Amino acid sequence: MTWALAAMLVSCGGSASKESGREPQELSGAGATFPLPFYNVVFEKFGQVKGDFVAYGGIGSGGGVRNLRDKIVDFAASDAFLSDKEMADIKNPVIHVPTCMGAVVLAYNLDGVEKLNLSGDVIADIFAGEIKMWNDARLVALNPNVTLPEEAIIPVFRSDGSGTTFVFTDYLTKVSPMWKEKYGTGKSVNFPVGQAAKGNPGVAGVIAQTKNAIGYVGSEYAFAQKIPYAQIANQRGELVKPTPASISIAASGEIPADTRCSITNSDAEGAYPISTFTWMIIYKEQCYSNRSKEQAIATLDLLKYILSDEAQAITSEVHYAPLPAKAKELSLKNLKTVTYEGVAIWQ
Amino acid sequence: MNDKLYKAILFFAAMVMPIVCGGVVYALVTDAHSAFEHFGFFRFLTSSEWNYTEGAEQYGALPFITGTLMTTALALLFCIPFSMPVALFVGEYFKGTKIAAVLATVTDLLAGIPSIIYGLWGFYTLRPLIMALDISPQGSGVLTASLVLAIMIVPYAASLSAEFIKMVPNDLKEGAYSLGATRAEVIRKVVFPVAGSGIFSSYILAIGRALGETMTVTMLIGNTNNIPESITSTGNSMASIIANQFGEADDLRLSSLIAIGLVLFLITALINMVGKIMIKRARIA
Repeated sequence: MTWALAAMLVSCGGSASKESGREPQELSGAGATFPLPFYNVVFEKFGQVKGDFVAYGGIGSGGGVRNLRDKIVDFAASDAFLSDKEMADIKNPVIHVPTCMGAVVLAYNLDGVEKLNLSGDVIADIFAGEIKMWNDARLVALNPNVTLPEEAIIPVFRSDGSGTTFVFTDYLTKVSPMWKEKYGTGKSVNFPVGQAAKGNPGVAGVIAQTKNAIGYVGSEYAFAQKIPYAQIANQRGELVKPTPASISIAASGEIPADTRCSITNSDAEGAYPISTFTWMIIYKEQCYSNRSKEQAIATLDLLKYILSDEAQAITSEVHYAPLPAKAKELSLKNLKTVTYEGVAIWQ
Repeated sequence: MNDKLYKAILFFAAMVMPIVCGGVVYALVTDAHSAFEHFGFFRFLTSSEWNYTEGAEQYGALPFITGTLMTTALALLFCIPFSMPVALFVGEYFKGTKIAAVLATVTDLLAGIPSIIYGLWGFYTLRPLIMALDISPQGSGVLTASLVLAIMIVPYAASLSAEFIKMVPNDLKEGAYSLGATRAEVIRKVVFPVAGSGIFSSYILAIGRALGETMTVTMLIGNTNNIPESITSTGNSMASIIANQFGEADDLRLSSLIAIGLVLFLITALINMVGKIMIKRARIA
């Protein structure tokens, strides 16, 4: 009884055994739904390799970050990196580790249109309700060999707060001054027209069911469900289709040391312009909420595994894109700074 | 001794429910407090702005209160022509026959179908139909949600109404028949006046069900944070905005969502209370 009490009172419990031959641990994480299909596969493979069990709740990026702030998970997953203000709210220092890359694609439902070209400012005007018809002159100019119907456009957006919305509006804010001024960037934005649905599957479902609809969804949902999606003109004016290759190219520019950066509207050749990293976020000091050192080691093992070539090779199989070498290198360096009771875990 | 123990256990078991109910109210009020404090109670209820922009956050419940009241009122309107005939069929015309029992059972079965199934049916069957009929281009909206809600509340309204119609004393009806009244006249002049407040209360309970329905409405209403301009426009109800945004909300938005929950709780409690009182009166009469 007194033992149990004592264990509850100290902030970290468990005995620190040797790093080799540790007991299998149960890790828990929560956050973004965007990388969920990738994580499901990776966590299972990780379990086979290390024997640890990872429970992951796809509750949305914001929810995951809140759980990390409440110190009830081992890691949070988010499609949007934490802003300086959010980092300050969490109080204890955190480390961002990119796990894979994805894109936001513009999926549509138009009879007889197999290829659709769009540009950033046109997308912004469609979602702002300024371009109302499919046969608008600007859409026709982008699609010279396609007959666009004389029908009203039905934009579809996310009704819940979402990292996908964040990436999409981050792009629109960069390419359209009108969007920046009126709507801005955020996980929830006041879209003035159209209808909304919950989650990526919800939006994909509404588009698939609604003629003349267009909406933004995580790339893997469009790839896997084979909904048609548009080619988008990047900063160089090239029309690019989202593929694992064109998404990875978007990250070929400078990446800051803490890997917190937006890679939308990349100026690299052949880059898909609405690409993003998705991150896992952990505390730099792993001793909190009665966690054992073994649990901390297992958490790092998981991240190291995700950054390995073996796990990165899974990304394209499940419709994501692998991380560039630079991002992996920076992350491994950042993970070396992770401590348990002030002592670096990886010596 | 045994008796005393039994009584004590019963007492504690019975006390759990009021304590849970009180706890829910307490949690809602404390968590909603900061939204009411920030915006003011009446401004929160009457403001139609729902703006996430950091620094200029503005949350008002009016679009969602309107959405809830519109879907509920329409659902009630659409439900009457279906539930009333069922109630008369079961409670009066074919009272006590096999076919009435079958119909009553089938109607009650409707109440047991999970709301997600209604939502899926609405999404994959009714919504394309609304688009095909050119009623609205996007298919989702207040009307679509209300139609499905109406089907969902039919069993609640129908089976309770039938009970009250059955309870109308035979002497009264026989009296009317002996004076030469037709069946339609008996229903209009005898059954409805006698069972009236009971029937009314069964519809009140059906409304209570429609008010809080979440999943079906979220799938069909279109989830836009504006006051619906017409019955075919998209909107959001109080339950659906909470379901949609709870996951990512924090601070002021979270508090505002909980405040909407509190308002919904109060409206539902009030309507159920009115229903219960009406039933009591109907029984006494």
